[in-house]
Amino acid sequence: MFTEEELKHVDEIKSHYPTNLSAVMGVLHMYQDKYGYISDEGITFIAKLLDVPEEKVLGVVTFYEMYHQHKTGKYKLQVCTNVSCMLRGSDMVLKTIKDKIGIGIGEMTADGLFSVHEAECLGSCGTAPMMSVNKDYHENLTPEKINELIDALKAQG
Amino acid sequence: MSEYQPVLLPAIPDLHKIDVYEQHGGYQQIRRALAMTQEDIIGIVKDSGLRGRGGAAFPTGLKWSFMPKNGEKPSYLCVNGDESEPGSFKDRQIFEFNPHLMIEGILIAGYALRIKAAYIYIRGEYEKWVQMVEKALADAYEKGYVGEKMKDTFGTGFSCEIYVHRGAGAYICGEESSLMNSIEGLRPYPRVKPPFPAQVGLWGCPTTINNVETIANVPVILEKGAEWYKSIGAEKHPGPILYGISGHVNKPGVYDLPTGMLLTELIYDVAGGVPGNKKIKMVIPGGSSMPPLRGDQLEGVRMDAESLKEVGSAIGTAGIMVMDEDTDLTRILTRITHFYKVESCGQCTPCREGTGWMLKVLNRMLEGEGTPKDLDLLHSVAKNIEGNTVCALGDAAAWPVKFTIERFRNELEAELQR
Ligand SMILES: Cc1cc2nc3c(=O)[nH]c(=O)nc-3n(C[C@H](O)[C@H](O)[C@H](O)COP(=O)(O)O)c2cc1C
Ligand code: SF4
Ligand code: FES
Repeated sequence: MFTEEELKHVDEIKSHYPTNLSAVMGVLHMYQDKYGYISDEGITFIAKLLDVPEEKVLGVVTFYEMYHQHKTGKYKLQVCTNVSCMLRGSDMVLKTIKDKIGIGIGEMTADGLFSVHEAECLGSCGTAPMMSVNKDYHENLTPEKINELIDALKAQG
Repeated sequence: MSEYQPVLLPAIPDLHKIDVYEQHGGYQQIRRALAMTQEDIIGIVKDSGLRGRGGAAFPTGLKWSFMPKNGEKPSYLCVNGDESEPGSFKDRQIFEFNPHLMIEGILIAGYALRIKAAYIYIRGEYEKWVQMVEKALADAYEKGYVGEKMKDTFGTGFSCEIYVHRGAGAYICGEESSLMNSIEGLRPYPRVKPPFPAQVGLWGCPTTINNVETIANVPVILEKGAEWYKSIGAEKHPGPILYGISGHVNKPGVYDLPTGMLLTELIYDVAGGVPGNKKIKMVIPGGSSMPPLRGDQLEGVRMDAESLKEVGSAIGTAGIMVMDEDTDLTRILTRITHFYKVESCGQCTPCREGTGWMLKVLNRMLEGEGTPKDLDLLHSVAKNIEGNTVCALGDAAAWPVKFTIERFRNELEAELQR
């Protein structure tokens, strides 16, 4: 499931800590980056790889918001709706997305390209309203910016 | 004020690059520190009056003095960059624009606290900023400022390792004991205290937890001296501080300025005032868990721990959220409560159940089915959470509700009539 190079990276992560358990989070991030979500199979694989109990890995996966146990859209639109973004137009962001691709919070487009998620404060309150798309932050959003962004992502496929 | 020059985020192009940082005196303070005793460094930090920038404004030198001096176990430093309190967006600026200042601060703290390794905990969503910090760290390792090579570079027996630990989207991991459990790879439930981390911390070893901005102040204190540092800002809570100003202001952003500035000066002069010249209804001065202030209560209020305490609030992370006269307070309060309910780890009944009840009542009010009695109910639920939980998230959830009801009762009742 991991290439030689990825396994080397796993060793690097392990070397940062006195116990393998501490490496679970980092390896889960690697796994999710590669496969898009953490399957049951992935949990078994990581537990074996790090020689830690499966329940421990599962316990970590289920605690954190960022680890997904199910497929999400190829492009995950995480719209911050917390206070500073709400004050500066997160309603507009959600509406613009809905008008453009027809989906709202918790939904995915039929082609699996986009999913929309409600995010808690992402640490961009000074450049609100904002959303993240996968690892990228998009700040000071306007309807034009959102439409352009979605068009660009669609073109990328 | 006018002569103040930004200290943590100076306007030097490309300061995040190690060469530029070196050209501006970078990594000279760790060299000086290594020629002093550990006690001297802790003494300077104590004298400077530096207080934690992560929320509780605890005196940093005092915290450091709790660490054992010749323990048998290794010691650790955790640098808290979880930055998930709504309204807080300042540590990210340090990661992006001045990461070496933080790294040098870690090395100085590391020597003073006799640590083996430091973990910089960065919230998972900041993946880009994780990469920036990792790049800065790799450069510092390469140049021999961190790790085993330190011994050659500086010619002393001290060395320490610095690692980045990336979170995965849980606000509770900013709470120091939860953060340690997260690094250990456990489910990050906050721990019962005592024992305190300086005795029993990471892997049962002595540990100090400091905020990113707190640590970034350390090289500055060493360079300019405790007297200089103490002369900046509020007497009992001195130094430069990163104010994050957001919401209804014309120029939101992070501003590097002295502590103790007038809230009105920050809102009207620094952040350019309120769009449309509207009046202010509410200001939350330090991130969403801090008690909100009324717009007509702001005159003369200064942004330091003591001044805010006098008016019944707290400095928190100095994340100032401004709301104009047209703001729907029921909606704001519902959103804030939603956050704490989602982020509660569920370990204590008052926090787990209480946040759920409060949210239910608030949602009822939003739907136009609330009564003034609901305000009393909310207030009593909040009071039952406050002080009855393992960690301070319980208070963080209770305070906004309790104080909004106490300070904005008329406004909330008017909103009930809609
Ligand atoms: C629920 C909760 C969340 C917290 N989140 C953070 C955070 O994101 N960053 C931070 O530095 N401190 C946070 N704190 C405060 C830490 O527990 C701790 O006091 C702080 O990191 C100590 O650093 P300082 O003394 O330098 O301020 C949080 C506390 C609680 C109760
Ligand atoms: S107060 Fe809330 S978040 Fe803190 S330990 Fe208890 S249940 Fe968890
Ligand atoms: S409230 Fe949206 S990023 Fe902070």
